[in-house]
Amino acid sequence: MTTPIVPPPKKNPQKRTRVPTRPSHFRSRAALGLAAAAAEGRFMLQTCAECGTVQYPPRDACTKCLSTDLPWKDIAATGKIIAGTTVHTSTNVYFRERMPWRIGTIRLDAGVSVMCHVHGDVQTGDNAKLINRLDKSGQAVLLAVPAGGAPNMEDDPQMRELTCDPKFRRVLIADARAPNALALAKAFAAAQASIIFMGEPEGWRPYPARKEIAKVKGVEILPLDVTDTASVLELVGEIGGKTDILVNNARYVRPGGIIGRTDVNLAKDEMEVNYFGLMRLAQGFGPGMRARGADGQNSATAWVNILSAHAWSNMPDYGAFSASNAAALSLSQCLRAELSAGGVRVMNVFTGPTEDEWHQPLPPPKVAPEAIARAVIAGLKDGLEDVFVGDVAKDLIERWRAGPKILEREMIESLGQSS
Amino acid sequence: MGYAGVVAVAPASVPYQRFSIETAHWWIARALRETLQRAGLAPGDVDGFSVSSFTLFPDTAVGLTQHLGLTPRWLDHIPMGGASGVAALRRAARAVQCGDANVVACVSGDTNHVDSFRRMLSSFSRFAQDASYPYGSGGPNASFALLTDYYMRAFGATREDFGRICVAQRANALCNPHAVMKSPLTLDQYMNARVISDPIHLFDCVMPVAGAEAFLVMREEDARAAGLKCAKILSTIERHNAFPDDPIQMRGGWEMDLDELYSMAGCTADDIDLLQTYDDYPVIVMMQMEDLGFCKKGEGKEFVRARNLTIGGDFPHNVSGGQLSAGQAGAAGGFIGLVEAIRQVTGDAGPTQVANARQALVSGFGMINYDRGVCTSAAIIAGDGQP
Repeated sequence: MTTPIVPPPKKNPQKRTRVPTRPSHFRSRAALGLAAAAAEGRFMLQTCAECGTVQYPPRDACTKCLSTDLPWKDIAATGKIIAGTTVHTSTNVYFRERMPWRIGTIRLDAGVSVMCHVHGDVQTGDNAKLINRLDKSGQAVLLAVPAGGAPNMEDDPQMRELTCDPKFRRVLIADARAPNALALAKAFAAAQASIIFMGEPEGWRPYPARKEIAKVKGVEILPLDVTDTASVLELVGEIGGKTDILVNNARYVRPGGIIGRTDVNLAKDEMEVNYFGLMRLAQGFGPGMRARGADGQNSATAWVNILSAHAWSNMPDYGAFSASNAAALSLSQCLRAELSAGGVRVMNVFTGPTEDEWHQPLPPPKVAPEAIARAVIAGLKDGLEDVFVGDVAKDLIERWRAGPKILEREMIESLGQSS
Repeated sequence: MGYAGVVAVAPASVPYQRFSIETAHWWIARALRETLQRAGLAPGDVDGFSVSSFTLFPDTAVGLTQHLGLTPRWLDHIPMGGASGVAALRRAARAVQCGDANVVACVSGDTNHVDSFRRMLSSFSRFAQDASYPYGSGGPNASFALLTDYYMRAFGATREDFGRICVAQRANALCNPHAVMKSPLTLDQYMNARVISDPIHLFDCVMPVAGAEAFLVMREEDARAAGLKCAKILSTIERHNAFPDDPIQMRGGWEMDLDELYSMAGCTADDIDLLQTYDDYPVIVMMQMEDLGFCKKGEGKEFVRARNLTIGGDFPHNVSGGQLSAGQAGAAGGFIGLVEAIRQVTGDAGPTQVANARQALVSGFGMINYDRGVCTSAAIIAGDGQP
């Protein structure tokens, strides 16, 4: 049984912060399919389109019939551990710092043998389940976990390396005034985050949820305006060294596209929050988080952006807002690359229209704040990069993957239909 | 078809070093020079050249021809690691037999810089890079730990059984002045060694070193005319990626080609005076004893309990100490058993000489491409076994 982790002691400021090291991140192009699946927490393997043979390790031609058509498919992740070892000697610094390390061979029911990390509650001879997760290098690895789950299994040290679990970590939620702020605060408190910093712009202006937010266990409300560099830097000075998870939920949304607006002022406001806000936060908090990627049980672990699913394909009725989110999505990819050296994950939570005043005339389905909060916590616990919350976002990404140009046509047809 | 009229001669081993500041080119040149000197030949007499090495990058056998001033009409580069010695022998033998070359120099060598081992592991193969190295980066220790764990569970072999192999080889190594390991090893020391990746402990592992090995393949009549001691090539086999559907490796490709090996040689396992297995870990030694027909699958443990594996024993095995005690010089680890066997059957082994070693079986095993060794090879060679 996994020993539950305990709240880490206060950090000794005289000690050097451990420099983040990484497992090997080199992969062939074929193997990157596994990382794409892990970004969404899916277990997928290449499966021959012609003869159906499941392949592993990833390759360029079918090991049975030489077909080069090897799409990635979701397959049953169950099997039996047929051999195991605990590695005590490694050539890689990351593993040396974390010895001993359990690995094994699992024979999947799908008929392939997979060398994998092995959870502490799985023994050789056991039936187990493989989960596909991103490691600290940002690449996909497979972990054998108890087929039926186990108490405190998320606290297993090898598993916690692959997730961004908020338990005993300190979170900054960028905008306490956002409609989802209270739901996020409550969800992080339920997930045992130790401190929940809530950034509050324009503190002199009252807002209905403040009283409730202040009551949530672990919440500290601090001034933060993502449109103001000085404000961001001031908060970085205060909590930059103890921000383990940053949730960028600040956003500015107004209906409208191009021609219906007579100037660029609203679009500027959207960019100021949705794009430059992300950049200011990243310039302020990014360096510290990247440096603290291996800082013990409460290391810096994840950066979360809550974005519109229409970052992928423009929704003309909210055309300028969509564009600002597309810019933010692109910037998040840059941030992901830059934070990867510290093993800090960037997770984007894409949502369709939300339950708030600026989407009020839109028909359902709309995404409730609680749904977004649940998706954020679940995504962190699984260490994901891409989360699609709500039916609209899921539908949209499926259409985008089937054909972005076809989706663009569909979005053009939607103009004027959403109110 | 046999290899009548073709022989292996002039075995050469360049004494190993734990670490070397020299390059693979340097080590290969030393071994080539040594084998040519033993045969009384000049570099210009070599018209066939076969190379095995892991640390030549960015060169291959091609670059070595110009580097070493050779002008061969037959050239081979064999990337099979532990299976490369026998593979070099059998290819060279066919080339000589068919007239594509008169004298083939088969050379293997690698350097070992302080950080070479880590660098080699991280980029060993595409499957290793993608699907084994990211899992703890334990290298071959971890891969063989999994194979050993499975083998022990399946057949009831114990650490003591593997220890017998390692202890006997250490005893043999003490007779080999060039072995890297110089002190005796007891079964107690073996059992109490520190764990590396269970069930693999310290003395199950080879010491990576720098070194080189070489021999020549030529027509028997030419060799006899030059007064050289000859090892005849009775038979050889080679196989790659055997039994791909086995969930984990518990047998090697030898099992597929065993009948061919003995029928071509016209002998049985009982006629073998000396066995030289590929021994990067003792579990693979035990598998070779089984798969080469010395005992049944799963009975390797009883076999090593019943037999004496030392130079003077009833089943002389890896008599120069093998890689486990003499050191693993990269791809030359695929040559060490063969080069020693040529010395043995020509009565030229000096302090490690087995009495009346007329027929030797040499087997190779190489390349943990992902979860198992892919290449296997074996040869039976023969001589008069007399000094």
